[in-house]
Amino acid sequence: MLEIKNLHVNIGDKEVLKGIDLIIEDGETFILFGPNGSGKTTLLMTLMGFGNYTVTEGQIIYKGQDITYAPMYERARLGIGMSFQRPPTIHGLKTSHLVKMCGQGRDVDVEGLAKKVNFSSFLDRDINAGFSGGEIKRSEMLQLMAQRPDLILFDEPESGVDLENMALIGKTAKNLLDGLTEGCTMKKAMQRSSTSGLIITHTGHILEYVNADRGQVMYNGKLCCEANPRDILDHISNHGYQECLRCLSAETGEILDLSSFNEAS
Amino acid sequence: MKKIDLSQYRADGATEAAIEDFSGFSAEDKERLLFAGIDVENPSESGAFMHLNHSGVHCKTKREGLEVMDIKSALEEFDGLPDYYWQLVDKDKDEFTKAAHDNLHGGYFIRAKAGAKITEPVQSCLFIDKAGISQNVHNIVVVEEGAELHIISGCATAHGAKESAHLGISEFYVHKGGKLTFTMIHNWSEDTAVRPRSAGVLEEDAVFLSNYVLLKPVKDLQMYPKLTLKGENSVARFNSVIVAPEGSYIDCGNRIEMQAPNTRAEIIARTLTTGGTIINRGYIGADAVPARGHLECKGLILGGGRIHAIPELDSDQDGVELSHEAAVGKIAQEEIEYLMARGLDEDEATSTIVRGFLNVDMEGLPKELQEAIEQQIDELDAGDAM
Repeated sequence: MLEIKNLHVNIGDKEVLKGIDLIIEDGETFILFGPNGSGKTTLLMTLMGFGNYTVTEGQIIYKGQDITYAPMYERARLGIGMSFQRPPTIHGLKTSHLVKMCGQGRDVDVEGLAKKVNFSSFLDRDINAGFSGGEIKRSEMLQLMAQRPDLILFDEPESGVDLENMALIGKTAKNLLDGLTEGCTMKKAMQRSSTSGLIITHTGHILEYVNADRGQVMYNGKLCCEANPRDILDHISNHGYQECLRCLSAETGEILDLSSFNEAS
Repeated sequence: MKKIDLSQYRADGATEAAIEDFSGFSAEDKERLLFAGIDVENPSESGAFMHLNHSGVHCKTKREGLEVMDIKSALEEFDGLPDYYWQLVDKDKDEFTKAAHDNLHGGYFIRAKAGAKITEPVQSCLFIDKAGISQNVHNIVVVEEGAELHIISGCATAHGAKESAHLGISEFYVHKGGKLTFTMIHNWSEDTAVRPRSAGVLEEDAVFLSNYVLLKPVKDLQMYPKLTLKGENSVARFNSVIVAPEGSYIDCGNRIEMQAPNTRAEIIARTLTTGGTIINRGYIGADAVPARGHLECKGLILGGGRIHAIPELDSDQDGVELSHEAAVGKIAQEEIEYLMARGLDEDEATSTIVRGFLNVDMEGLPKELQEAIEQQIDELDAGDAM
């Protein structure tokens, strides 16, 4: 599905990603851990194609196609979707209208999908206008359900969400990644989903809901320590990122510490 | 703003015969009229009026309690309308008011009698289809006690009506407990000069909702309608959507004076320039409390042009609540990228955001008219504007 080769990315003059290599197979969900400022969000934004992120070296191959410099809408039309952490408000644009447009010409049952994320009463509101943290997440999920991407990028799906909403968000994320609409369980059992996911998480709550296959930790613009995501989470919960950094310093010979990370990225 | 020289327009001679039904207009004219809010294929259930060039040509009333008359007939029948004619606008204010006073061509007198609820909008149209003329009209709208009235006033020029001028006096009277919704749509041309002079007064518990739409080019337009809230509990609201392509010069705004307690005022303007000039004024003043007023002037500059927002609030009252929000800006890159991440290309994303920006909720618009407005906004996108 996705192959990232030696990806270097700058924000302005500053190099934030320093050679990322990553392969995500069809149907696989990959979890990205890492302290603030390590470059996780930068990786997602670069994959989606945001303007402020400049690829200086390397390649992004998606479904066999080089999309390193493809415009954002082309990536979206090829099947990459993203759940935004802090989406902008667009005045005068009704949520229902945007959800419809996410279908990219396909007929979208806006009402039906909205019911699934308990969002019917928001359809008439301007998109993101005064939405709470949980409401933003549900709105993002709703748009992704209409868009039906093959590769979904989630930027901290649990941030700002209360427990009650978390179950709904988690379940919806699972359904999106399983590529299944609710209904016939027989069909579910027989299908193998081809939808892939790349999820940034701090708390790991999302792991209680989605079937994540692999995970990796990002430090200072580089990926390391690939393992089962649950094991990574346990390790971070018990020892914190400090412990990881010591381990990494020993491996690379570099001296790393948390304070060296740039909060902005 | 260049000075308008009235002597270059013919103010006499373009008299027209009465028009019983509108089906005789060419398809082109029908479209011009539809984009000015007049759907000639679906005549209003309430009443209709048309003034063409220098003559009133059509006048119909279909509802009990509703009067739709040519102003000249009304002046004759009601002894010069002493309570209403030139009571709110000063005839010596400028050369345009003087011209309309000295050489009146027509205009409408529309009155909803006490208690009458005229829910379906009355269609009124001021149309110019001859080149080189000036049109001098005077309109009076009266909503009597407890009555309700909605007027859609469309002003347009035909394709061939080059170098024309429109001078319009309008006076609005909303009596106790009355409600007036007044939707005005302008569809002029690149070489039309337009000088409306309007004012209104509201008594106790009266409501005035004004919608104004200008999406097409106009050479030079200047207007600043004023509403006075004289009665307690009266409410006035202005919504305006204004677009200025290259070559348009628009100086417009709204003024509300709150002179009684428990009054409310709201002025919302959305302006967009793609090369023209817009001066967007707004004034809310309060001489009594409690009074609540809010003023919003928001402008987008898209590829050129100028927007000058002048919001004003004025009061000497302890306890008054007035606020304003003014902005002149561009479309945020963040918003464009959000939509591009959903598969819209940059042009589609831009036009979606602009449509949202111009989408001010206007109460009570018929479906055909709403669609005509949306179509025009879509056509803005299709052109070189963005």
